Order: sequence, then structure tokens, then C-alpha cells
Amino acid sequence: MTPLPALSPRRRRTDLLARAVLATFTAVALIPLVLIVYYLLHKGLPAISGHFFSSDPTGNFLGDAGGIKSAILGTLELVALATAMAVPIGIGVALYLVEYGRDNLFGNAVRYFVDVLTGVPSIVFGLFIYVTLVVSGALGSSFAGWKGSAALALLMLPVVTRSAEVVLLLVPDSLREAALALGSPRWRVVFRIVLPTALPGLVTGALLAVARAAGETAPLLFTATLVNGTTFNPGDKMNSLPAQIFSDVGQAQNRLVTRAWGAALTLVLMILILTLIARTLARRSRIT
Amino acid sequence: MSSDAPVPSAHDSPVTVDPPDMTPRPGPAPPRVAHRAPRARAVDPSAAERGRQVRLSGLSAYYGAKAAVKNLHLDFAANQVTAIIGPSGCGKSTMVRCINRMHEEIPSARVEGSVSLDEFDLYAPGVDVVAVRRAIGMVFQRPNPFPTMSIYDNVAAGPRLSGGARDQMGERVELALRDAGLWEEVKDRLAEPGIGLSGGQQQRLCIARALAVDPEVILMDEPCSALDPVATLKVEELLDELKRRVTIVLVTHNMQQAARVADTTAFLLAGELVEVGPTERMFTTPGDSRTEDYVTGKFG
Amino acid sequence: MEAGALATRDVPPSIGGASRARHGDQALRVILMGLAGLILALIVFFLIFLVLKAHPAFARFGVFGFTFDNNWDVAHAIYGALPLLVGTLITSAIALIIGVPVAVATALYLTELCPRRARGPLTVLVELLAAVPSVVYGLWGVFVLIPNLKPAEQWFADTFSFIPFIGGGKVAGPNYFIAGLILAIMILPIVSAISREVTATVPSEDKEAALALGATRWEMIRMAVLPYARPGIVGGAMLGLGRAIGETIAVTLVIGNQPQIGKHLFDQGYTLAAVIANEFGEAANDKLHTGALIAAGLVLFVLTLVVNAIARAIVRRGQHGRRPVPAQATAVAVQ
Repeated sequence: MTPLPALSPRRRRTDLLARAVLATFTAVALIPLVLIVYYLLHKGLPAISGHFFSSDPTGNFLGDAGGIKSAILGTLELVALATAMAVPIGIGVALYLVEYGRDNLFGNAVRYFVDVLTGVPSIVFGLFIYVTLVVSGALGSSFAGWKGSAALALLMLPVVTRSAEVVLLLVPDSLREAALALGSPRWRVVFRIVLPTALPGLVTGALLAVARAAGETAPLLFTATLVNGTTFNPGDKMNSLPAQIFSDVGQAQNRLVTRAWGAALTLVLMILILTLIARTLARRSRIT
Repeated sequence: MSSDAPVPSAHDSPVTVDPPDMTPRPGPAPPRVAHRAPRARAVDPSAAERGRQVRLSGLSAYYGAKAAVKNLHLDFAANQVTAIIGPSGCGKSTMVRCINRMHEEIPSARVEGSVSLDEFDLYAPGVDVVAVRRAIGMVFQRPNPFPTMSIYDNVAAGPRLSGGARDQMGERVELALRDAGLWEEVKDRLAEPGIGLSGGQQQRLCIARALAVDPEVILMDEPCSALDPVATLKVEELLDELKRRVTIVLVTHNMQQAARVADTTAFLLAGELVEVGPTERMFTTPGDSRTEDYVTGKFG
Repeated sequence: MEAGALATRDVPPSIGGASRARHGDQALRVILMGLAGLILALIVFFLIFLVLKAHPAFARFGVFGFTFDNNWDVAHAIYGALPLLVGTLITSAIALIIGVPVAVATALYLTELCPRRARGPLTVLVELLAAVPSVVYGLWGVFVLIPNLKPAEQWFADTFSFIPFIGGGKVAGPNYFIAGLILAIMILPIVSAISREVTATVPSEDKEAALALGATRWEMIRMAVLPYARPGIVGGAMLGLGRAIGETIAVTLVIGNQPQIGKHLFDQGYTLAAVIANEFGEAANDKLHTGALIAAGLVLFVLTLVVNAIARAIVRRGQHGRRPVPAQATAVAVQ
């Protein structure tokens, strides 16, 4: 029996070592996730109670610190308003890029700038709104919920546009052509064929953008700022979960810190649920 | 994954170089085996005649539950060219990939039976797959030189893995390129990227790359199906000399090619071996009626 | 889709019907173009205002002076942003050094080595890191990382005190290292996702060529996968860098917010983004201070612009001669 050329032990060792290193690094990458989940639950659950969700932060130094009602409601309002601003515009821009702007100068310029926008830090969006809307005291008071929403909308816009463009491009051109060949005007093709076909993907993209916006603090710091009471008037300053957490972390009091953990847990759960819905929706309907 | 291309139609006629007394025959009539005059080439006279026999015993290969190759018993004689022919999907590529244990790289793949190299069972427990592939080289259907490497680095890639001596690397590369018939064309541009060559040259580069590690067997999975006729010719010319050093297994959908270059031909159908024998006999007086139907172009 | 669905209520092509359709098309086109143009206009608009509001600071210190003077002294109304700039660079560098190797290793493991069944769930887990908002990272950093890592950090500083910057000094609670570490965790999902997409597009024939030559798995990765994927990975790393540079809330909670250039890895520091978040409240009525913060924001903006432009250029140049990476990948990853 004539043996095969032997594999040098050094190569075998290198191979095993490299594989072990790669696997270890992957495990290391997951450690923060595990730790964060653990501490969120460990420190956040004790804060959860009916009172926690039903009362506003009191801002008192002593006594009852209050819950996070205004923060939750504020986040819901701010993000809802931001979504209403960003999603139609974002999808509109994406529609332009796909239907009319695939290969001309204007379309390419817009595409480039949307790309640029994806890389802008979120605090700069807050600054954008601050220097234009807040400082000038547009429409009444300087700080207002809707201005915070505007900052969030700026943040969401490139995300929505980018993902919408990808999804719209996936709608086969043959569908468009078939409809046009039947004598349908372009706008009908867009609204009756293209958008409905792309709808699940568009919703997914929007949901992911919403999840991202819900967690943002920086854009709100000097637009909607922080306030204790619940308000439904977008013209007022408005509280939000991220801003509330940020504020509580800075204080050196245990019960505030506990509240911060509870609020963090709530926020992360909200984002997780949104992300999960988005992902399930994406998986359920693939445009082939 | 390579797929079997359809058998060529009647317009394909056997191309010969010399001796000039061979006349091209038209159509599906069984072509005569062509003989080639040996080319002048730099042979390293001290290279041992190193080809070995490959034996398949009861080889079955599965993708999941589906058997692509069923209970094959087949010998590949040492230092000979054995051609595997058969229609698309008959399992030729799968069988060949079992020989150098590439089949098991596919997630749902499974192999039963054994493949032996001169009595040495390649599937025995404890056998190192990497060593198997060092001894059994492979040339693929589409030329695949490493895109980020130069011509020199492509050929040197194999020997570098096993820690070949640095100072001898230049000679090894030159020898491999000469054996692949590529040296004269690239000797002045060894540092250029491998993918800058023409298709035919790239394939010969891949052959050189496979030769550089001194294998004992070379598997060729339809190596010429992506090449033009001139490039095909050049590759076929190599096989006659190469077989002195290695055993060659040539999967081909081109029967005329098998007739030109192979000593032995095996015919596979639906994963089973139908018939095997000397090429001339396979094409002129096949024993099995299915073989006859295939080589005369009745199906495929 | 029935022809009838489209054609209902449509007058068969005649002059009248055709012009009504054309109006609709015209309207749509104009509206959509307007929206697209809105984006361009908005960006220009905001930039102009940003520069205007930053003007007080630039007027007082000069653009160059503001950006590169090493003195951020709020009490005395002197604003030189060098400590912020350096702090931004230091924390981002730490983030890259720690984060990119781990991200690439994760990508390689998941694409090449991971057992099939585990691939999906593990990928989801890695991407979940992106779902955690910045403020929660900050919260976790302050109350979990800082206290628990302090002993180890001190040991490290003492053991390696002979190396400048990396060793030595007394470990402050919040410091450059913690900020860099958290940034590394935050950019992990992006860099990993892009690296994963790029390594997945490595043609299998290259990998097979390496394996058939008798390469071990790791040698195959080194020969066929990494060289091919390198431009994409570098581009992904630069995108991660851009993200790290702009990250605000998590950093400001764990870096100590000291406007000086720390001499040690474990000193407190400041970044461009952190200063804005931290000082905006108190700067409310001070035009110079506000102007300085906005100027810092402008510097930050330009920095991220440059980094992202380089990242895009690298990725685009690296695509030459390679298979295109599916657009969904980068679109979803950059969130």
C-alpha cells in the first residue's frame, strides 16, 4: 500500500488554529448581546409596574420619581409624525429614481446625495433643524414636538428611499411594459401595478426606518428636548423614551437609574417587535 | 458545478494536425482514432513515471436522497488517458468529483463504496482529504485562475502551500508552464494577472497550476467545453505527453475528442457504467446496444 | 392581472383619452421630480444655515484656528476644537482596531465555516446588535462596563506602562478605551454585514480551484476568499468608521467629557459629537458658545462626508472585475 503525500503537521495546526480563532471571535461578538439582554432584564424588570407605565416623571428630587408615561407616548407621537413626513417623501423620491431617474444627471445627483445623507450623524440632523426651525422660532415656540419629528424624518428619509429604491427595482420591468403595452398611462402603472407589487418590501423598509428613529436621542436634544408632562400637542416640547433615559442616566440617584433601565427595556422591546415584524414581512413575500 | 453540455451535432468534424494522411470524416460515423506526432518539449528526464491506477469499487454518490452515481466499478489504468462519455446528467462530473473527494464539499452530498489509488483506499477513515487532493489534481470546465494573482503566483500557489523550497520555485513554475505548453507565450510576462490571458491560455495555466504540485492523477472535467477549436486543439495536444507522467481521467461530451485522445473510453448512462473498453473498439464495435446508440448519435 | 383592470374607465385611445392620460403622467412626473429636487434643496439649505450660525465662532477664531487650536475653554469663551478632533480620532481608531477584525472573523466564520443549520440564527443574533439604540449602549456602558472593567484596565495600564499612550496613567472611570470599545460593538453589525455579503459573492470556482489544489479550509480562505473580498471589506470598515465618528449619545456617556487631549488610553476625553450633545443645554443663550458648537457640528459633518466618500470610492473601485454585491445588502446594512 503506497501512502499519499503527507500533510505537514504545521499546516494542519495552522488550519485548526485559524478555524478556532474565527469561531472564538464570532462567540466574542455575541457576548455583548448576551450581556446587554441580561442586564436589561436583570435591572429593568424590577422597575416595571403599573405605576411605571401610567404616571409621568415628576421631576421631584425626593419622593416619587414617577413613571415613563409621557416618554412612551411622546416617542409614539414623535415617531408617528416623523413617519408621516418621511415615508411618503422617501417613497416618492425612490419612485422618481426608479421610474424616471435611472440614468440621467438629475437622478444620479439625487441618488448620490441620498447616499451622502445615509452617512450623516444623527446629531447633525438635529443641528439642521435647530439652525433653521428652532432658532427662528418658526410657528410659535422654539422647541416643539413636530420639530423633533422633522429631525427624525430627515434621519429616516435616506433609509426609506434607499430600501424603497431597491424594492422598486425588483419589480420586473416586464410587468411595467406589459401594462404600458395595454395602453395604460404611466401613472396608473405606478399606482396599480408597481406599488402594490412592491408593497411588502416598502413596508419592511419603512418599519426598519421607524425602528431606527424610535431609538434616536441626539436629534431630539435640541428640537423637542425633554419635558416631564404628557402632551398631545406637537407644538409643545415633548418627552421621549431615549431623551428620558439619557436624562436619568446623568442623575446620580438609584431610583432614577432603575427607571432608566426600565425605560431602556421598554424601548428595546418596542424596537425588537418592530424589527421582527419587518423581518417576518420581508421573508413572507419575496418578489422573484 | 459543471453541467454536461449536449453532444455536438453533425457539423462538428474531427480536426487533426498530423500526420497528414488522416482525412476528416463527416457526420456521426464512428471516427477513427487519431495519432499525434510527439511535440518537441522540455521533458525533465529524471521525472519518474508517476501515474497510478485509480479503481472505483461499488461507488455510489448521492445528493441528499437522490443517487447520481450508482454502484460503479471502474478502473483507470496508470499512465493512460481514460475518457468518460455520456449524455447530460449521466453522472460523469459527479463521479469524477468523487475521485478527488470534492463531491463531499456539497452540503447534502454522500458517498458509498470506495476509490483506491494503487490499492490505497482514499475513503478510509483517517485519510486526509487535503493529501488526496494534492495527489489528484483537477482541471475544471471553465478556466478558473485565481483572479488576484499573477501568472507566476497562480502556478506557484500549489507548491507554496506545501512549503516548496523558495529557490527552486522558479524552476518548478517554468517546468509546469512548459509541460502545459504555455511557457513560450508567457515567459516574458509572468507578473501579469492570470485572468488577463485568453480563455485557452487560462485553461493551460490551470493545467500548469495543477501540474506544479506533482500529482499522480489529473482529473479533467470537460476542460475544453468553454474553449474555441484552436485552443481545444492545443489542450488535446498536451495530453499525449502528460499521460507519461500522470494518469488522466477526461470527462467529455465531445465524442470525437474522446476518439482523438483517449486510450480507454467508458460510457455512463443515468449514473451507471454501461460499457468500458479500448477507445477504438468502443467506437467501432461497441458491445452494448446503448453504447452503439449513443456513439452513433441516436440520442444524447 | 386582467387587461380589464387597467382599461376600466379608460376611453380607448383617442385624442381626448390620450391627453387625459398625459396630464396624469405629467402630474406624476412633476410631483416626483419635485420631491427628488426637494432633497437636493434641503441639503443645500441646511448647509447654508449651518455655516451661517457657525459664523460667530469662525469669525472669532478663524476656521483653521477653531479646528486645530488645542484649547476648549468654555469658562473663558475660548473655543479651539483640537481636543475634540483628537478624541474623535482616538475613539474611532480603537473602534476600528477592535471591531473590524472581529466583524471580519464573524463574516468568514458564518460564510465559510459555520454548520448550515446554525448559520441563520447566528446571523440574526449578530444583526440584533444593531437594534440596540445608542442611549441603551450608553446606559449599559456606564453601569456595567465601566465599573466591571476598571480593575482589568488598571492592570493593563500598569503592566504595559512602558508603552507610550497605551500603558501608564491612572484609569478614570469613563475613558477613551471604554468609548472605543462601545463604538466597536456598535459598528460590528454594519462591518460584519457588508463583509458577509462580499465574501458570499466570491465565485465558488475560485474556492474550488484552491481546494482541488490541496489547500486546507483556512488556506482556501486565505488564497481565494480574502483577496477577492478585500476591497469590499475595506469599504465596509470605512463605513463603520464613518458611523463611529458620528456616534454621539453612547460616547458622551462614557468618555468623561473632558476637553483635553488625554495622554493615556484610559484617560477621559471628548469628541466632536459628544461636546454638542453635552453642552448645548448650557449654551442656549450664549451666541458664541452656540456658534462654536454648531461649528463643531460642521467639522463633524465634513469629516463624515469625506470618510464616506472615500468608503464609496473604495467599494466602487474594488467592484471592478468582480461580481456586484446585491444592493439590498448594503441598503439594509447601512441603517
